[in-house]
Amino acid sequence: MLELTDRDQAFLEGEFGPGAELAMRIVAHAASTMGASQLLDVVGAHIDSCVFYGVAGLDFAERLRDGGATVSVPTTLNISSLDLLHPELYRGDEETRDYATRLMNAYVEMGGRPTWTCAPYHLPERPGFGDQIAWAESNAIVFANSVLGARTNRYGDFIDISCAVTGRAPAAGLHLEEKRAGTMLFRLVDLPDSLLAHDVFYPVLGHLVGLRAGIGIPIIDGLPSSTTEDQLKALGAAAASSGSVALFHAVGVTPEAPSVEAASRGGDVDVAEITPAVVAEARDQLTTRTDRPLRAVSIGTPHLSMEGFALLIGLLEGITVDADVDCYVNTGRDILAEVEQRGWLDALDAAGVTVVTDTCTYVTPILKRHDGVVMTDSGKWAWYAPGNLGVDVAYGSMAECVRSAAAGRVVRDPELWHGV
Amino acid sequence: MAYEADVLVGGEASGTVIRLDEPLSFWGGLDPVTGRISDSHHPQLGEDVAGRILVMPHGRGSSSSSAVLAEAIRLGTAPLAVVMHEPDLIVTLGALVAGYLYGSVCPVVVVDQQAYDALVADSFVRITNNGATVGVD
Repeated sequence: MLELTDRDQAFLEGEFGPGAELAMRIVAHAASTMGASQLLDVVGAHIDSCVFYGVAGLDFAERLRDGGATVSVPTTLNISSLDLLHPELYRGDEETRDYATRLMNAYVEMGGRPTWTCAPYHLPERPGFGDQIAWAESNAIVFANSVLGARTNRYGDFIDISCAVTGRAPAAGLHLEEKRAGTMLFRLVDLPDSLLAHDVFYPVLGHLVGLRAGIGIPIIDGLPSSTTEDQLKALGAAAASSGSVALFHAVGVTPEAPSVEAASRGGDVDVAEITPAVVAEARDQLTTRTDRPLRAVSIGTPHLSMEGFALLIGLLEGITVDADVDCYVNTGRDILAEVEQRGWLDALDAAGVTVVTDTCTYVTPILKRHDGVVMTDSGKWAWYAPGNLGVDVAYGSMAECVRSAAAGRVVRDPELWHGV
Repeated sequence: MAYEADVLVGGEASGTVIRLDEPLSFWGGLDPVTGRISDSHHPQLGEDVAGRILVMPHGRGSSSSSAVLAEAIRLGTAPLAVVMHEPDLIVTLGALVAGYLYGSVCPVVVVDQQAYDALVADSFVRITNNGATVGVD
């Protein structure tokens, strides 16, 4: 039986309006689904419902808004279906554009901050260790839990805004200390240090951990303490695509995992070895084929960080994108403002790179041609794009992506996977 | 045989089973316009879930799957019901919200291993008692 406060009850009785009442009904239903006996306060929310996947999502948002619902905690908004800063990139139909615009407006009218990014953890006001939050967007969820040590369940459409409106979430799952113990241990074995230091390894590791962990909480042992936030971001995004990973522990790297014992909270875990052969197999799964023409290169899924841009700008030196290839980089508008401030836009322009904000190249019709290969440095993009867009995909490092964009065909660096 | 189920979203439905060898993320995995599986990694790519009782072990992947399921329900391309072995919030919310918006019924229920094993492909299933009973012919 769900225990409700007087304020929760007031929501359910419609005292804050019909929109807020519906939001609390959804939170309460979610609580019973998750086996929670009470709700807890959240200090922030990240909304994914603002991307248009059909009229049902719009009907729901407008039902809430028209019912007077507004957010009661600081709330950021995920990518949408449109790039408002570069509207000319949109190649979809006008009806969808209208629906998507209405959806974005509804969420802003309810008080969401128009951040339009899937990487809200790159914003300055990101949550801290132990903060209870209600985040949607699978890569943001896994980053918040694993890297920041904040606490959120895998919230998705409808429940994200419902938590934001009520300021409440079911006291269950990853909100609770005892549910955050790692459930399986992946030991990295015989992998060269040079590979562990390289960004290209992390989407592949995430991909294979996601496939094997499913809904479990993986503990990864053997990553260097120098593993960067961007590498953990790429790992988590891939693991939350091939699997349903909402939290992982990297021993000696992430905040709840000073040791294997700490990460498992002393519990028993199954052990799997990640050997060079396992890594090579996972890497190959992220490429469908490369013997068709290269049509595009897409970098920055999830949205590229400032550190990612610094790397990209360096790689673009002396590079011009081939005339038959479109090269995109996806990022948030707040990061873009910083990129502009640093004077990097000229370098991107000069090289022929197209910046996409507010959305992503695999979510919205942006690519001009689908009859060939798209190269990406993202495990998440590589996982979803063949189904979403019908393209073939080649996974590679950011440097391989840039070189391929310039060459007009997929170019590999044979040294990259040396020892695998 | 009739089995007890835990009800995530109540309702009644009957139809034939489409049993998924692997869990499906509706987002990126189900085309709500056609009702067909569109995840190129899924072993049952191209199969039609519309009007079937969808059986899968648990949910998978993106947090956008709720909206895709709700949209499929709105368009009439959704499964008649979803039966899983483990509870899944994302699937639950899609069916729940579609019910609030459109008055539609798409029960989502969870069964134990014995019942799950009995839900073989193409068997005929009746979900009754507001979802609490799953009968397999």
